[in-house]
Amino acid sequence: MADLVFIAVAIMTIGSAIVALESRELVYGAIALAISMLGIAGFFLILDSPFVAMFQITVYVGAVAVLVIFTVMLVRTQALFSTIEDKKRKLAGIIFMLIFIGGIGSLFLLSGINNPTFGNFQGSAIDFTAIGKEMVTYYAPALIVLALTLAGSVIGALALARREDIEQQNERTY
Amino acid sequence: MSELIDFLIVSLVLVAIGIYGLVVKRNAIRMLFSIEIIANAANLNLIAFSRNLPNAQGQVFALFSIAIAAAEVAVGLGIIIIAYRLYKEIDVEEFRSMRG
Repeated sequence: MADLVFIAVAIMTIGSAIVALESRELVYGAIALAISMLGIAGFFLILDSPFVAMFQITVYVGAVAVLVIFTVMLVRTQALFSTIEDKKRKLAGIIFMLIFIGGIGSLFLLSGINNPTFGNFQGSAIDFTAIGKEMVTYYAPALIVLALTLAGSVIGALALARREDIEQQNERTY
Repeated sequence: MSELIDFLIVSLVLVAIGIYGLVVKRNAIRMLFSIEIIANAANLNLIAFSRNLPNAQGQVFALFSIAIAAAEVAVGLGIIIIAYRLYKEIDVEEFRSMRG
């Protein structure tokens, strides 16, 4: 039963990741990316970490997807349609992807990760109070630096997207 | 019940799709999508190993990683918008000269 859910979520995640890159219109790609992130949140739920899953849904499906969709709306529609791609480059990319999956995948299957004594999930799931405890004690400096990074990047993004020509116009009218 | 290797294979496929997108696509927003897919595959690995050991630190790292990725998307989309304003184009082939 759990395997059935796993396979369904895996198909949803990987399929919508492919759609996100290959869809003709960028808006559909953005929506497919949000669905793929939702699938990752589903994996987190299967892995007994509901707190990270909720965080993932809030940040990716909530914030990032809306940000991407607004950016797509701000960009001219003609630029959104995929331009003619180099067929040779696309073919080389697909071949490289398959070789990558085959090589690293066979490495995974041959290595000790595949060993049932290691690969099976043992012990009980982690309580999310443990995450909170770790975050405010040992990782408290990292949390503060992270908060400063987030504030800095948001201010930087606002400064980047500022339109100076409109500001100068407004100043002239006053 | 699913095992660790299943999650690693899914994460590997996601990384491969992301690398394919970075190599082939020439649309700046789609390249940002690829980076997001790769970052999410890394998060999936962190959580899978955190459940396998079991150890809470993997989940803490995943939370930090998600927050950093959100900051990166904000800055990346800001850069894309300003590049679109300068070049009227979001094809990275057109961004070769970095003049303002």
